[in-house]
Formats: sequence, structure tokens, C-alpha cells
Amino acid sequence: MNTKVSIAGVELKNPITVASGTFGSGMEYDEFVDLNLLGAVTTKGVANVPWPGNPTPRVAETYGGMMNAIGLQNPGIDTFVKRDIPFLKEKDTKIIVNVCGKSTEDYLDVVERLGDEPVDLLEINVSCPNVKEGGIAFGQDPKALYDITKAIKAKAKQPIIMKLSPNVTDITEMAKAAEAAGSDALSLINTLTGMKIDIKRRAFAVANKTAGVSGPAIHPIAVRMVYQVANAVKLPIIGMGGVMNTEDALEMIMAGATAVAVGTANFHNPYATVEIIKGIEEYMQANGVDDINTLIGCVK
Amino acid sequence: MGKIKMEAKIIRQDEIATDIYSMVIQAPEIASQAVPGQFIDLYSADGSKLLPRPISLCEIDRAAGTLRIVYRIAGKGTKEFSMLTSDHTITILGPLGNGFTKKDKKAILIGGGIGIPPMLQLAKELTCEKSIVLGFRDEEFLSEEFEPYGTVYKSSDNGTIGVKGTVMDAIREYGIEGTEIYACGPTPMLRAIQSYALEHGIEAQLSLEERMACGVGACLACVCKSKEIDDHSQVKNKRVCKDGPVFYAEEVEL
Repeated sequence: MNTKVSIAGVELKNPITVASGTFGSGMEYDEFVDLNLLGAVTTKGVANVPWPGNPTPRVAETYGGMMNAIGLQNPGIDTFVKRDIPFLKEKDTKIIVNVCGKSTEDYLDVVERLGDEPVDLLEINVSCPNVKEGGIAFGQDPKALYDITKAIKAKAKQPIIMKLSPNVTDITEMAKAAEAAGSDALSLINTLTGMKIDIKRRAFAVANKTAGVSGPAIHPIAVRMVYQVANAVKLPIIGMGGVMNTEDALEMIMAGATAVAVGTANFHNPYATVEIIKGIEEYMQANGVDDINTLIGCVK
Repeated sequence: MGKIKMEAKIIRQDEIATDIYSMVIQAPEIASQAVPGQFIDLYSADGSKLLPRPISLCEIDRAAGTLRIVYRIAGKGTKEFSMLTSDHTITILGPLGNGFTKKDKKAILIGGGIGIPPMLQLAKELTCEKSIVLGFRDEEFLSEEFEPYGTVYKSSDNGTIGVKGTVMDAIREYGIEGTEIYACGPTPMLRAIQSYALEHGIEAQLSLEERMACGVGACLACVCKSKEIDDHSQVKNKRVCKDGPVFYAEEVEL
């Protein structure tokens, strides 16, 4: 039975990784799950310098999901390279570093710093809805996305994965722009911009006013977008958005995702990733599937 | 042993004041390692409510392998917990966070509102001389359980219980003295204690509250402002769930 998949020439032992920002760099979940079992660990977004993030409250629960506006708080690339990469290097898993920035130069700074690090893939966050400058600004305009993808691709030593926002009219347009500019793979979807009002306090539930909605409530939207993008471009896709269990992950794969990231589920069940990996194997066994790759995009 | 997610059997649950519940659960693996000031995450059985509810430990019985939590109904999650009875189980994760550091100094324990419960286990474990100051809105709960462990002083918003006013008013009115403050309660109370402690040069350990998601330090939702650049975040943010919830007064900005 083969569970190996390949993203831009990087082989993952199974299709399961984590969604950026829900898992730190894996240290906090190391005591719950054996990180060696994961196909890859995708880190929280890292910028060229430390970012303080947004005011609190930064999260709220919504029906069948949650919303967050952390604001990409991160310790900056210097600390990340010294602390997080050596930790992950000890694990038998692939390393996907999520890169964020406020300007093209910020992104390039980080990408160049990572050039000589033992990192397998770079996921470029151009879709965070919670930071004013940069981030989403690149992810909602095909021309801006094309330009930044092209600039990053020219400097990156590792394959790049552009992470797409669902907060657009037509996500396939964005996917095509990233593909045309040389992106090696795509991640989708980032969170959906939402708002929640606390009627007791008569105030926004999250200090940032708007926040990114995630969790099982958005899963059908993510599956639809993965399907659309898989049928619009040739790039491998890391599918994410409300994956809680094996069934959700297999839906993503059958819609066209080569790998699947587990995000909000980690907060509900710290063992979610390894349970899904086991569940996929059981599904394959029970259904006579010899190679996971035969399931990718099998529903047309 | 480390943090454990487990299915805990509910031993008993009682409403001890309006919307305030006391729940005792069987969780020997967590009880054996928990310390006062730590908390556990409780999970709803309803899949539409995804995030765990962090609730501090009120009592830890290591011999019996039980934990007691005392919580207020704050929303749909805690409402659901309040309906559980002794034939139910609940999924929990713990122990989480860092508890109070027990000092052999004359202590003032201060609890405000739903910040009172975590002070009970601390009161039981501290062997030094201690004053216990409890602040209520308008309804008393749990205070008699503190009686065996020290002199109990009270305050309430409307003056029906103890001194009218805040815990700080009670401290001034009764001339309560000590060299180590342990406190848990609403932020305005902690802020007043913080400035009192810093002004008088008294060491104070403050237990903070913030909206959380993961509970284990990964998601960076529940940060508080720190005075100095924090080693983990590289900015002036500390994680309440992982670096706290107990901080020294001089470490944090409230």
C-alpha cells in the first residue's frame, strides 16, 4: 500500500500536514503526536523581523468553527532559523515554512535567508485577512499575485507554494496567475473573512473587528474551491479548510488535493493529524486502494 | 508524564450559587501532577462547539485521583457542562499552564469573583501564615471552605458581604499585611493589586485570563503584554496558556 505523495518533487510519506498557524513549529504538539508520522510540518508564518500581532481578544468561537485575527505574530526569521528549524530537522518529516511579509522585499528577505536552510518547501502567505498591509493585498489581485510570485520564484532555492485566499470572486483566476508566474504548487484555502458581534458587550467579539473563519463550517467551500482549482491548473494542491477527520481529508483528495492540511481540528483534538493518517490507511485497506495517488482528483 | 487528553468521569456536580457550579471529576493521571493555579481544558460534546473551555482547578485530591472545578455559566459551553450529572463523562485536557510558586512568606491570597476557586487549593497547600481576601459581586460562595486555612476577609460590590467595595478596599480597611500576594480575578482587580504591590515593594503572583484556542501555546491567541521582550515571541507578548496563567506583577502590563 502506497501513501506517499509528491509536491513539486518533494516526497511526503503520507498526504497529511498541518495548516500554518495552528501548530506553531510543532514543539507544542510534540507531546501529543509523534511528528515523525506526519507527511510534513507546515510552520506558522515567519517574517523578516518579529511581528507583535493584533490586540486581544484574537479568537472567538462560531457555530461549527472559530474565527481568528492573530495578526501573524511571529519571532522573526533570526530566532526561527536558530530555534525552530533545528528542532524540526531532528524529525523524520518534511519541513514547509510559511513565509509572510508586508512588502515584496520582506518576502524576498525571508526566502533568501531560508535558501541555505534544510527546508523542503516554502509556502507563501499572500492571503492572511488579518494584517492591513501586505498579505491579502497580494492575494486578491491576479496581477499583484503574478508579480510577487515571479519575484519570489526568481530568488527561492526551494519550490514555492502560493497560499490562496478564498476571499475572491474567482479563485481559479488567482490560481492561474500563480501558475503562470512559476509557482510550483498551491495551498488553499486560507480563512474566510468574517465578523462576530458580542451582544452582551455590544462590541466586536474579536478586537480586529474582522477575523478569519475556519473549522468544519467552511469545509464544503474549501472542497469546492480545491475542485475548481484542480480542474483549472496543473499544479499540485495542498487542500485545507475545516478538515476534522478522515472523511474530510479524503474528500479533499478526491476533489483534487495531493496533500491535506489539518488546522482548526488540532485545537479540538490534538491527536487529529495522526488519527487521520491512520484513518486513511484503514480506508485504503478496506476499499482495496493500493496507491493513494489513484484517489487524487478521482471525482470528476 | 505531561499533558493528557482524557475522558473523565463526573463524580458530582452542584450549583453552589446562582449560575456557579462545582464539579468533581475522576482524573488520576492529571491530579497526580497538577499544582494550584493550573487549569484544564473542557470539551463540549456538541461538535458545533469546537474550542475547549479553560477552567482553573479549585481542588486537587491526589490520593483520590480527583479534580474539582468551580465555574460560572458564561455561555453555551459552560451551560452544557452545568447539565452534566454523575452518570456522565467529560473530555478534558490537562494539566495546563504554570501554577503559583509557593513561597514561605507571609501570604495574602486574593480572589475576585470566579477567580476565587483556584485560591482554595493554594490555601490548602501553603503552610505559611496567610490572610485570604475574597471579593464578591453580591452573592457569597465557597468562602466557608477557606476558613480552616487562614483568616478570611470579604468585600462585595453592594456591601452585603464584608466591606463595601473591592478587595483592595478590604485590604486597606482591615490593614492586611503580607510579603507575598497571590491573586486571581478580573483584570481591573489584578491591575489594582499590581500597582499596590509594585508601590509597596511586595512580590505578587497574578493569574490572568484571556480568550484561548489551543490551550498549549501554539496558536498565540491568548497573549498578554509583557514588560520586556519575551524570549519565545521576540516581542513584548507572553502566552497566558503556556507562559502563564500566573505571572509576577512586574512581568506584565495589564
